[in-house]
Amino acid sequence: MDSETTSKQPKTSNVETTSEMNPDNRSLKLQAKNVDVFYDDFQAIKKISLDIVEKSITAFIGPSGCGKSTFLRLFNRMNDNIDGFHMNGNILIDNKNIYDESIKVEELRKKVGMVFQKPNPFPKSIYENVAYGLRIQGVKDEEFIENRVIESLKQATLYSEIENNLEKQALSLSGGQQQRLCIARALAVKPSVLLMDEPTSALDPISSGKIEDLIHELKKEFTIVIVTHNMQQAARVSDNTAFLYMGNLIEYGDTQKIFTNPEKDRTQNYITGRFG
Amino acid sequence: MNNAKINRIKDKVFKYTGIIASISGIVILSIFIGFVIYMGVQRLSWDFIVQLPSRFAEESGIYTAWMGTVWIMVFTTFISFPLGVGAGIYLEEYGDKNRWSSFLEINIANLASVPSIIYGLLGLGVFVRMMQMGNSILAGSLTLSLLILPIIIVSTREAIKAVPSSIRDASNALGASKWQTIWHQILPASFGGILTGVILALSRAIGETAPLIVVGALVYVPFAPQNPLDEFTVLPVQIYNWVSRPQEEFVINAAAAIIVLLGITFIMNGIAVYLRNKWQSKLEW
Repeated sequence: MDSETTSKQPKTSNVETTSEMNPDNRSLKLQAKNVDVFYDDFQAIKKISLDIVEKSITAFIGPSGCGKSTFLRLFNRMNDNIDGFHMNGNILIDNKNIYDESIKVEELRKKVGMVFQKPNPFPKSIYENVAYGLRIQGVKDEEFIENRVIESLKQATLYSEIENNLEKQALSLSGGQQQRLCIARALAVKPSVLLMDEPTSALDPISSGKIEDLIHELKKEFTIVIVTHNMQQAARVSDNTAFLYMGNLIEYGDTQKIFTNPEKDRTQNYITGRFG
Repeated sequence: MNNAKINRIKDKVFKYTGIIASISGIVILSIFIGFVIYMGVQRLSWDFIVQLPSRFAEESGIYTAWMGTVWIMVFTTFISFPLGVGAGIYLEEYGDKNRWSSFLEINIANLASVPSIIYGLLGLGVFVRMMQMGNSILAGSLTLSLLILPIIIVSTREAIKAVPSSIRDASNALGASKWQTIWHQILPASFGGILTGVILALSRAIGETAPLIVVGALVYVPFAPQNPLDEFTVLPVQIYNWVSRPQEEFVINAAAAIIVLLGITFIMNGIAVYLRNKWQSKLEW
């Protein structure tokens, strides 16, 4: 393909790239093996296999309806309740098949946190929002909960803004603050994986920037998978990128490579904005 | 005449038809209420409320009737609230979406429009005779509960449906079990709607006459009920009893009792509106 289009890709300043790709000392965190997903007769995911190493950021990109959200939601079994959903193949987390009958889905979701497209805080106080995950686990120790709430809010870089207002109604926060609250809420149960489904698509650029910085911070502790419509965002925050199209995994690899020198024409066309 | 003019005239015609329709409803209702108040207000007094019924209109009071109404309403609430809300939660949250559930759904909606006299006959057959409760408060409450259950179930389901799915997702994604999500998120968020439905259903029950007459409330009850198996009468039945007397004085008594009954119903509806507004303003997504 012509080199003009590829040079338009933003230079990523805050992302360490190729050197971090698949380092040998990190173990595989998430694995998809020959996964098919159907909604009744419609096949949303077609024979996708993909490995994600721990403490990395992986972006799923692709046009609307390509199956990237469906694929993301396989990792915490959020598709289970959708009418007509069924699948083939295996999803492994830490080498364990999470669709095995012995797996309790509630336990799985404590390990795999999720942040949604639209900020969705509970209509409760900020404090109670973050404490919720612990309360439903039956934690009674209020001091423990309080410490964890503050720790999580700090981790989500929200604490300094709302320090004295933990009892404030969560819905009165701005959209960006609400989304960071939702991230704090997910962090409070100490997951090891964080799934993010277009976490900034409802936010203004400044709030989005803060979330991106935060995602970058969180990489030290968590394995992050993010679905995004925003090419620049994928290029800025992720280590690896998977491009999905009509339920197929077209290309998967180092973000820098995908955005500068993709192997497939279709990837090239998509990231340069010629379709999708 | 061009098109725009014709449309404007149509607009006006429609507007005035609407105004006439609403005014005629309001006028007729105000005339009715005004007439009742005009007739009954002279009879309203503390004595009227605390006196037992009597053969003499001037000495007759509604004590047994409103005591019966209170007993009936308390029992109806305790029976219909848990059953109706429970059934609503089950159908909305747990029931599989299949043919059986849509069959159930249609039938519950149909039950809500079954004439109340039919429920009365059912109550007479099942509670009064088969289960041998006699014409007691318990039998009456169970009958009224059956009558308003469909309304409570339907409004519970509607209230639960109105909770945004993002809240459910958020709770599930944190590892909450189904029941935890329902208890901590869905019910608090839908409680205003559920409560409104329950209160409106109860204020329908409070005015029901026909089914209670069938289960045996139209008897002379000289004392206020003491326990759930006592005989009873209620306000609407007392009113029915009085208006069917030939003497003018008893009709005045009926008018006064209607004022009391209307007052209770308005207060209950007022509470329903208040709760709805309060919960709605609290929950904005």
